[in-house]
Amino acid sequence: MTQTKPTADTESQEPVTPSVPFVRALLRNPTMVTFAVLLAIIAAFSILAPDTFTQRSNFTQLAQNVAILTVVSVGTTFVIITAGVDLSIPSGIVLGEVFAVHALKLIGTGGDTTAADVTADQTKAWYILVALAGALLAGLIIGTINGLVVAYLKVPPLLATLGTLGAGLGAALILQNGVNTATYALDPLGHGSWIAAVPNLIPIALVVVVAGFILLHMAVFGRHTFAIGSNPEAARRAGINVERHLLKVYIIGGVSAGFAGFLSVAYFSTTSIGGHSTDNLQAITAVALGGTSLFGGVGSIIGTLIGVWIPAVLKNGFVITGVQPYWQDVAVGLVLIVAVWFDQLRRRTRNRG
Amino acid sequence: MSVTPLLEARGIDKRFGPVQVLKDVDLTVTPGEVTALVGDNGAGKSTLVKCISGIYPIDAGEFLFDGQPVTIHGPRDAAGLGIEVVYQDLALCDNLDIVQNMFLGRERRSGLVLDEPTMEQMAAETLAGLSVRTVKSLRQHVSSLSGGQRQTVAIAKAVLWNSKVVILDEPTAALGVAQTAQVLELVRRLADRGLAVVLISHNMNDVFAVSDRIAALYLGQMVAQVKTTDVTHAQVVELITAGRSGDLGLAAEKIDNGVEYADTLTTPGAEQ
Ligand SMILES: Nc1ncnc2c1ncn2[C@@H]1O[C@H](COP(=O)(O)OP(=O)(O)OP(=O)(O)O)[C@@H](O)[C@H]1O
Ligand SMILES: [Mg+2]
Repeated sequence: MTQTKPTADTESQEPVTPSVPFVRALLRNPTMVTFAVLLAIIAAFSILAPDTFTQRSNFTQLAQNVAILTVVSVGTTFVIITAGVDLSIPSGIVLGEVFAVHALKLIGTGGDTTAADVTADQTKAWYILVALAGALLAGLIIGTINGLVVAYLKVPPLLATLGTLGAGLGAALILQNGVNTATYALDPLGHGSWIAAVPNLIPIALVVVVAGFILLHMAVFGRHTFAIGSNPEAARRAGINVERHLLKVYIIGGVSAGFAGFLSVAYFSTTSIGGHSTDNLQAITAVALGGTSLFGGVGSIIGTLIGVWIPAVLKNGFVITGVQPYWQDVAVGLVLIVAVWFDQLRRRTRNRG
Repeated sequence: MSVTPLLEARGIDKRFGPVQVLKDVDLTVTPGEVTALVGDNGAGKSTLVKCISGIYPIDAGEFLFDGQPVTIHGPRDAAGLGIEVVYQDLALCDNLDIVQNMFLGRERRSGLVLDEPTMEQMAAETLAGLSVRTVKSLRQHVSSLSGGQRQTVAIAKAVLWNSKVVILDEPTAALGVAQTAQVLELVRRLADRGLAVVLISHNMNDVFAVSDRIAALYLGQMVAQVKTTDVTHAQVVELITAGRSGDLGLAAEKIDNGVEYADTLTTPGAEQ
């Protein structure tokens, strides 16, 4: 049989010689860009307000402030990596709050009162668990609807989750008759600190981040999430059940929102049915700032974590330095545009090959 | 040398709505041999491959593997039998690296987490076993690879699993001279290792360079399956373009099978 002659052993593919190595490296790793931005912002405020900004208590306060947004942003990272989007986060959070409170109301504590009416020192651990179960159920419902509609009915995620955003918020208002419910039953969780002087929300958010990191970057689940975002047809041919995986991803998004709702009730001691309307945009901003591509297939949990901190640090720094805090919105908007522009640049340089 | 066929397709019919794309197609694939599957654009080559790999359900016919009838309902069934396909469009994930692509859908785990060192090592061994020396890093994203390297990764992915049948759909279509030679050399090496290889190609030089057998599809019908050494370039081209060449192809079959084929073939424009 004829044997083909090996005409060339090595291909002439030189690595792109970086003209400005540092800039090249940055371009290649979007997470580094945003991390550098975050460090620059922190450095700037540390110089401008050395006494107040750099205090440990200020950073603890910051970490507590971003904890709830961190939780939903981790879920959103998964969704966006599949080239999807979840606008229904506010309804997941609010329904999570409402379901948590309604779950507490199911527990009678004698007379007309329920577990939702107890004071912080009367509450029991299992009350808190029941509220948690309620909140997670709300997230599961929203996430499942999103997933079924996106994965199986093939409705574009933007519209599918826009639909569940409106429907979920409406359902929450119906369940609450339009008014919020206060409860102190979850206060030990939302206001306590298991670890010396560290508010509970911080370790809780940290656990979510670590779990998200493992699931996304170290487990088969995450690998398939990236693959679907990168090339769904290739994923399908590799034997991955793309629809079922997408369903799971949207459930993660919904459940993380429901859990955030639970944390929100625990922290604010009340539902806040009107108070989360921009949480979806905040989460998407954080995820995009962190280098996760809205085109799918690229992203990281660490990036999202950084992306959550940039707006928070800016706002905090502006308040401390006496700048009108509204400048935060302006600054975040600009940083976001730059971050996404870098993502585009990076794609273009890569696709040249 | 008559080796028993490893994979046999018998009487495969496939239609997309009113369009009959495959009609009573037989194909025999033998271990240690490269079978070239040729045919004009739209003849049904890629469709046949997708039927074999379970991406498309077939309307009639059967597959025999090692002489046993098998049903293939999806890529996993095909992979379970040891059938791997390198598709025309490659179907690699650009944003994943070489190792991640090679193991996609079949990742190794240790406990709950991915076993990256093992996968990296297996990928390296597979590429080394194929004498592939052109990729710099296994952790390179596939998007940064050249066409030939991408093809190589797709082929390495297919042979990673102790596969028995490897089907390559136009692996050299987009490649330059040097890269084509490399891929063909790789294809030959697979067969020499005892795999049954099916190579789809439009390039007669490639077909004659590496194949042991040629199977020609013409308008969805298998018109001939012959030994490469028994035919000339010109004959194969005739089979591809006209469905017949001398006593090969449809004219010869018509004698065996009556007028059935003649109807569809003499009036290709006048179908129902
Ligand atoms: N999913 C589909 N739906 C409808 N028709 C299809 C589909 N896939 C293929 N066809 C038709 O089936 C016929 C055979 O297509 P196929 O892709 O198998 O050809 P091919 O031999 O691989 O051609 P090429 O050499 O151009 O790759 C074509 O006429 C094509 O239009
Ligand atoms: Mg084809």
